[in-house]
Amino acid sequence: MQKQVSYESIILRVVARLMLPILLLLSVFMLLRGHNMPGGGFIGGLVAASAIILQMIAFGPQEARGIIKINYLILAGVGILVAAMFGLPALVADLPYMTAFWIPEPIPGIGKIGTPVIFDLGVFLTVIAVTTKIALLLAEEPELFPLAMADDQEGGAPQV
Amino acid sequence: MANHLFLPLISPILAAALAVIFTHQQWRWLARGVVLMSITFNLGYSLWLIWLIGSEGRQVTQASNWIAPFGITFVADGASAIMLCVSSLLMLVTVIYSLSSLDPGYENFYYYPLLLLLLLGVSGAFLTGDIFNLYVWFEVLLLASFGLITLGGSRPQLEGGLKYVVLNLIGSTAFLIACGMLYGTVGTLNMAHVAERMQRVQNPSIVTAIACLFFFAYGSKAAVLPLFFWLPTSYHTPPAAVTAIFSGLLTKVGAYSLYRILGQVFQGELARLAPYVLLIAGLTMLVGVFGAMAQMNVRRILSFHIVSQIGYAIMGLGLASAAGLAAGLLFTAHVMIVKTALFFIGGAAEQIYGTGDLKKMGGLARREPALAIFWFLGILSLAGIPPMSGFFGKVALLQAGVNQGAYLISGVAAFTGILTFFSMLKIWNEVFWKKAYGDMSKLPRVTPGLLLPGAALVIISLALGLGAGMLVDYTNVAGEQLFDWAGYVISVCGDEGCEAAFEAALR
Repeated sequence: MQKQVSYESIILRVVARLMLPILLLLSVFMLLRGHNMPGGGFIGGLVAASAIILQMIAFGPQEARGIIKINYLILAGVGILVAAMFGLPALVADLPYMTAFWIPEPIPGIGKIGTPVIFDLGVFLTVIAVTTKIALLLAEEPELFPLAMADDQEGGAPQV
Repeated sequence: MANHLFLPLISPILAAALAVIFTHQQWRWLARGVVLMSITFNLGYSLWLIWLIGSEGRQVTQASNWIAPFGITFVADGASAIMLCVSSLLMLVTVIYSLSSLDPGYENFYYYPLLLLLLLGVSGAFLTGDIFNLYVWFEVLLLASFGLITLGGSRPQLEGGLKYVVLNLIGSTAFLIACGMLYGTVGTLNMAHVAERMQRVQNPSIVTAIACLFFFAYGSKAAVLPLFFWLPTSYHTPPAAVTAIFSGLLTKVGAYSLYRILGQVFQGELARLAPYVLLIAGLTMLVGVFGAMAQMNVRRILSFHIVSQIGYAIMGLGLASAAGLAAGLLFTAHVMIVKTALFFIGGAAEQIYGTGDLKKMGGLARREPALAIFWFLGILSLAGIPPMSGFFGKVALLQAGVNQGAYLISGVAAFTGILTFFSMLKIWNEVFWKKAYGDMSKLPRVTPGLLLPGAALVIISLALGLGAGMLVDYTNVAGEQLFDWAGYVISVCGDEGCEAAFEAALR
């Protein structure tokens, strides 16, 4: 361990704690309005990821990992799965893949929703997972690889 | 509408997501099962698609039900069905080969999901009818290939991977610039609509510039003459299974895109550029095969041969006729199969010796006769000796060339065939025929998992050679479909053409 990173700023910690629920709520709001107003799964996902990354900056990667105790790559896989599945109802109904279905009347508070929301949800999960994973790996890198990497063996990929 | 055209795209992405979710050791059997099922499904589907197109003609569907020149069109014709079928066949065999040849540690780093994403990108590129969408599929397959080529992280891999990434990024940038210029010129990127509007473009010189940019972009991915240097410096670094699937799919997607864009959409330009395309084709063949002669490493020799074979595919394009495209398709389908087989067998030999250096190998014909037989059949096929499939691929190309009076390129192609055989015999002599230097009894034996994938592909090549009549008939139809842009427009936009559909939708 060459350098300990310190995460002690009282102002940042208070603000980060306050911002966590606000940012997460905002991200859901972004997600649900995205299909016909500015917002959407990608932006919502970035907002949610920024909430977690803010905790990481204030409290360190250990704490940040504790917010969502899940393997982020599995979350990304689930996101892709959800996003790819949204087009399937159309195929079953003998329409081209990804043809959208909408409910006829808007739901109060949420608005008019349909199958594209499922797609947005998948994108949302994938973006949270990938962005957070990258940020956490970058933050943990000095601890994961404490020494300069030793020279690899020459001569191509390791065979069996 | 042929909504089933989405299935070969949905199946790999769903399977890739599931394989990522089930990466953990205890679920690995499930992930492997899902991967194999998805690829087998794609293979079965594409065989059915070949039959369907043979009996009903082009299949068209519009994503999200947006009408033709506006939304993203997916079109399958003979050429795309053949390529789809061969690529899923190769992917299936590669996965089987990887299961027995690769360190299971690779699976922790999402090896099979990356292979599936590669298949997804390739299938999408074969099926799409929209130029920008083609760009996106190229990005999908390139990202997957960036992962695959550096997976393992040894120093030569990172070096080779860097060259691969940089050249492909340059190619993609040219592709994007060409897309932008094309959109600025004709105001659409739907292939059918572009082909139609191309007929009455006011400023033909800019179209020539765009066609050349597309040729540069796909040429850099297909590794044609001045742009091939990245291939032999990077392809021998990853594990043999990865090299094999790259050789089978990646450069051939570039060749297919050249056929689709220059052979179909920019047909007028192709007629004008044909002599230069033929020049590049001839030089690519010769430089590839001469480069191979100077090498002393199994996979480097094979990598240079990829370049040389791409020259033949480009020759089919340069003939600028339905017969030329048909012959090029036949040749490309054959070379995808045989090249991958040779990489598998060469990789198995490398695995036995622990090195790919020809000087350190030898005596394998006595120790592993089965491997030697399939290697020899494979090089016969690559060189073009009957009854293997390579003979018919080359005969079709030479016939088309001679019929159109392109004697010089046909001569070069025949000459390159001889040199190819000569250069392949070098591997035969060094690895299989000459006496072993040391004691071979301690070396590992070849396992069925290493031998069978390559052997199966060689047998398929033999079968394609024996059943060449059917295949030639089918590729002739596919070549005519590819060359017939007017029929393509009618299939995509209806009898009135895309311009009429466009006007009607705006009103």
